[in-house]
Amino acid sequence: MTDIRYLAPRTLDEAVGAFAASQGAARILAGGTDLLVQMRNGAVRPGTIIDIKKITELTSIEEAADGGFRIGAAVSGAALAEHPRFGRVWPGVLEAVNLIGSTQVQGRASPGGNLCNASPAGDSVPALVAAGAVVTVQGPKGRRQVAVEAVPAGPGRTNLGPGEIVVSFTLPPRPEGSGDAYLRMTPRTEMDIAVVGVGVSLTLRDGVVAAARVGLGAVAPTVLLVADAARALIGSRLDEAAVHAAAAACRAACNPIDDKRGTIAYRTRVAGVLLQRAVAIAAERAGRV
Amino acid sequence: MSKLHVTTSINGEPVEFLCEADQSVLDVLRNTLGLTGSKEGCGTGDCGACSITLDGRLVCSCLVLAPEIEGRQITTIEGMAQGDHLHPLQQKFLEMAALQCGICTPGVLVAAKALLERNPDPSETDVRYWLAGNLCRCTGYDKIVRAVLETAADMRGAA
Ligand SMILES: Cc1cc2nc3c(=O)[nH]c(=O)nc-3n(C[C@H](O)[C@H](O)[C@H](O)COP(=O)(O)OP(=O)(O)OC[C@H]3O[C@@H](n4cnc5c(N)ncnc54)[C@H](O)[C@@H]3O)c2cc1C
Ligand code: FES
Ligand code: FES
Repeated sequence: MTDIRYLAPRTLDEAVGAFAASQGAARILAGGTDLLVQMRNGAVRPGTIIDIKKITELTSIEEAADGGFRIGAAVSGAALAEHPRFGRVWPGVLEAVNLIGSTQVQGRASPGGNLCNASPAGDSVPALVAAGAVVTVQGPKGRRQVAVEAVPAGPGRTNLGPGEIVVSFTLPPRPEGSGDAYLRMTPRTEMDIAVVGVGVSLTLRDGVVAAARVGLGAVAPTVLLVADAARALIGSRLDEAAVHAAAAACRAACNPIDDKRGTIAYRTRVAGVLLQRAVAIAAERAGRV
Repeated sequence: MSKLHVTTSINGEPVEFLCEADQSVLDVLRNTLGLTGSKEGCGTGDCGACSITLDGRLVCSCLVLAPEIEGRQITTIEGMAQGDHLHPLQQKFLEMAALQCGICTPGVLVAAKALLERNPDPSETDVRYWLAGNLCRCTGYDKIVRAVLETAADMRGAA
């Protein structure tokens, strides 16, 4: 008989203490929309389940005085959508988080769980990479900050150390003239896994791209930051040549699998197409006429 | 080994039960508490037949651990009718034959009620997206969507 324990600590220190003490036998529970499925099919058998949703810092959303946002790692997609300001400042990040699963799944699924589950096709991750989100991690050795794209290590694996918990995402203040977008390609419009996902964030000044970031999902073992695509866009007026160069950079970054949902050739081609479409949406949101 | 003792509220009534740490709320509802209205279609979050609300939020009860509902408010399909008085959605589903085998129906009703509480005037697209996580093998969805839209219109008229 399995002797599983359930803990719901109220402080991060307790959670980290219990997680570190378990020596790898514990699992963190946020929304459970990955963990419970994996427990049910026998892929994961935790000795202890540590529910982090009673810790305020993990379930709160704060807008800082400078306009930056801090999102608790265990905030549900539904709660993020209800925030009065978040979706206006980061519509692309919100649409990416809200693409995760059904209404029911949205009631529970969190961006922290999406990141730590480390699926290459996690929908929120490319948008958070494009946003330049920084992850705060707490473990037995204290706190550290790391870029979102540095967390996944491969399918189902992260670079988190033993006992480390993702606490929150910090999104930088948004300069005037900024916009972001996330698009994914799925065979069905709902309840499906991305074949390609592209997140784009732009800042325009007098029609010229002053800053850009591009995140690419489902086409490599981890979600990627495509610096070459951003470089192709920065300094341009988003003319055809610049956007085509950015699309080519996305295609070049692809190292996808071949499966029933999409061949290598298809995924690679679609990565370029989605980049162009996401750039157009982000530019419109940035206020380009 | 000792079970966990959980105190919660289900359909407005205080409820206590014992469970294992890894039991789902759906399992406890059906097999410990005898509330078999919530159905298990998949157990993995895909079908929505187990839909309940947790502190007012629509969730799949197969993806919530029983100890998580300590001190929380649950509503299930059993709380939808008031005695013999069916909820307008239930009444409309009967009138419009928006069900066949009925396995998906409790989850669809719980989900549709949660929609109308948030949005009394949903478009057809709103209804279809909101209910995308409620799979139905029988009806082809059209009658379900129409019944929800008609109920919404009736409820707006009555309000
Ligand atoms: C029906 C269905 C549809 C889905 N559709 C999509 C989809 O369209 N797109 C998509 O990307 N995903 C989808 N998913 C997968 C899942 O919903 C997401 O990955 C979700 O974001 C996971 O979040 P969670 O809070 O539920 O994570 P959990 O299940 O609670 O956790 C996931 C993993 O991360 C670990 N973890 C969680 N939080 C932390 C933390 N703060 N620190 C350290 N480790 C942590 C857990 O231990 C676990 O290993 C779907 C799932 C279901 C059941
Ligand atoms: S039984 Fe819970 S979603 Fe299918
Ligand atoms: S009525 Fe049979 S599954 Fe919906």
